[in-house]
Amino acid sequence: MGKARKPDVVVIGAGPAGLGAALAASEAGARDVMLIERDVELGGILPQCIHDGFGSIVFGETLTGPQYAQRFIDRVERSDIEVKLNTMVLDLRPDRSLTAVNSRDGVLEIKPRAVVLAMGCRERTRHQVLIPGYRPAGVICAGAAQRDINIEGLMPGRRVVILGSGDIGLIMARRFTLEGAEVEGVYEIMDHPGGLTRNLVQCLHDYDIPLHLSHTVTFIHGRKRVEAVTVSRVDEDLKPIPGTERLVPCDALVLSVGLIPENELSRGAGVLLDPATGGPVVDERMETSVEGIFACGNVMNVFDLVDYVTHTAEVAGRAAAEYAVHGARRRREALAVRPGRNVRFVVPQLLRGHDREVYFYFRVRHPERAVRARLVAGGMPLAAKRARMVRPPEMVRLRADPEKLGEAVSRGGLSIEVMPEDREPGELSGKVAPEDQEPESLEPEDRE
Amino acid sequence: MRKKHTFTCVNCPLSCSLELVEEDGEVLEVSGNECEVGRRYAEEEFRDPRRMVTTTVRVRNGILPLLPVVSTRPIPKSLVREAVKALSNVEVEAPVQDGQVIYRDILGTGADMVASRRLDQLA
Repeated sequence: MGKARKPDVVVIGAGPAGLGAALAASEAGARDVMLIERDVELGGILPQCIHDGFGSIVFGETLTGPQYAQRFIDRVERSDIEVKLNTMVLDLRPDRSLTAVNSRDGVLEIKPRAVVLAMGCRERTRHQVLIPGYRPAGVICAGAAQRDINIEGLMPGRRVVILGSGDIGLIMARRFTLEGAEVEGVYEIMDHPGGLTRNLVQCLHDYDIPLHLSHTVTFIHGRKRVEAVTVSRVDEDLKPIPGTERLVPCDALVLSVGLIPENELSRGAGVLLDPATGGPVVDERMETSVEGIFACGNVMNVFDLVDYVTHTAEVAGRAAAEYAVHGARRRREALAVRPGRNVRFVVPQLLRGHDREVYFYFRVRHPERAVRARLVAGGMPLAAKRARMVRPPEMVRLRADPEKLGEAVSRGGLSIEVMPEDREPGELSGKVAPEDQEPESLEPEDRE
Repeated sequence: MRKKHTFTCVNCPLSCSLELVEEDGEVLEVSGNECEVGRRYAEEEFRDPRRMVTTTVRVRNGILPLLPVVSTRPIPKSLVREAVKALSNVEVEAPVQDGQVIYRDILGTGADMVASRRLDQLA
C-alpha cells in the first residue's frame, strides 16, 4: 500500500450526479479531481435508459439516456479529471479519508480535501415489500430487467406481470411488449398511478396494457420458476380484500416498487440522514453534516428529472471545489427550512448563507389544484411560484435569489408551503420570484 | 358518422381528460381541456399521432453486445412496432460513433435510426 493520495476533490459515483459534480468541481478551480466508479464505464443508470425524454431543462432538447450521458462523458474525457473505473469505495470516514479497491492499483488510500457523494439509489426489492409465496427465479426489479434487455440482450420473461406503476415499471411494460413479450397487466396498490401521465399514455394506452389500481400481488407461485401470481384488490387501508383473489399465469414478476437512496458509505462517515428523504441533510451548498462532504443527485432524495440531478451536482461540485481551494469557512449556524402545508420534504433542508441563488426541491403530500408554492420566513412570503396542479409524483422546484435569502436568514422561521391560490389574494404582488413567470410544470419525465 | 374519441393530455400535471368529436375525419369539437395546448394535443393525437422510436441493435466486436438507437424524428404511432421489429435483424460492427446513422429512412417515414451513444471496440 503506497502513500495516501491527496486530491482536491473525490467524487464517488459516475452517474449523472457524479459526472456533473466532477465537471463542476474541475471548472470551479479544483486542481486534482478524482472520479471513482465501480462499473466498467461512465454514465451510471443512463446507458440502459434508452428511451427519450431526458434533458429538456439542461439542454433545451429531448435526448435518450445514453445521449444525455454521452454529453457529460465527452466533457469528462476532454478534461483533466482522473477517472477510476472498476473501482469500489469500501469505506469513507468522518475525516474524509477513504479506502477504495480495484484490480490494477490494489487498495487505494485517499485523503481528499473534499468529497462529493454521488452514489445514486437502489431499487426496492421483493423483501422490502413483503410479498408472500415461494422464492422462484423470475422475480426481478424493473431496473434490473431494463439492464438485461437493453444492455445484456437477455429477456427475463415472455409473459410478464408488473407490480407498481412507477415510471420504470411503465417504461418496461412498453419495452417488454416491443421485444415480443406479453405484459398481462400493471398492478398498483394505490388508488392512483405512481408514474407520470405521459408514461401512462405512451407506455400503457398505446399498447393496450391494462392498469389495475388498488390491486397488489398477494402470492408468488412456482418452485423453480415463477408460474403464476395471485393478485387481489385492496381496501382503503391497502389490505387485500378476501374473495377478490385472481390467479394470473406468468413467467416473470417485474417489481417497480420504489427507489432508496444508497447511503451505506454516508452512514459510515457519520453523515446525518433525513428520514423523510432517506438521504443526507444538506445546506444550500449541498454540504452534509460532515464538513467537506457534499452530496448530490439521487443519493439525497429520488428525483424524477435527471436535469434536477445535474443542477444539484453543479451546486455540490462547485461548493466542493471552493472548500478544497479556500478551506473551511467559519460555518454559520444553519437555519432549518421546514416542510409546511402540503409539503412532505424539502431539499436542501438547511440554509446557512445567502451568497448564491438556491433552488428548493420538494414533493407535495397530496394532489392539489391552483396553488402557490412559497418560501416563507417569519410568516412573510419571500419567493413564490404558481402551479395549476401539483401531484406527489412530480417534484416542485422553487427558486430564491440571494437578496430574498438574505431577508430570509435575518427573519428566520423558514418553511416551504403550498397554499390554495384563492387564499390571501394579491398578497404577493411585487414579491414574486422570476421563476413564477415561467410556464408551469411543462417539464417532461425521465425518472427511470 | 359522428364519433367521439378520448385522450389524456400529457402536457402538464393536470392531465386533462379530453374528448374529441369528429364527423368523417373533420374535428367538430374538443372538450375537457383547460387550455389551448390540450386542444391542439387532442387534434394531433386524432389526426396524426407520432412517437419517437428507441430500441437496440446487435453489435459485433463491441464492449457491449447491444447498441441503443433512436429515430431522428417521431414516426406515425402505428408504425412503431414494425420499426422495432425491422431493427431486430440489424447488426453493426464496433466501433460506433454517437449519432452514426444505423438505418436510413425506416419504413419510408423519412426518419433515420442513429446510434444514441459511442460504443468502442472490444480491446
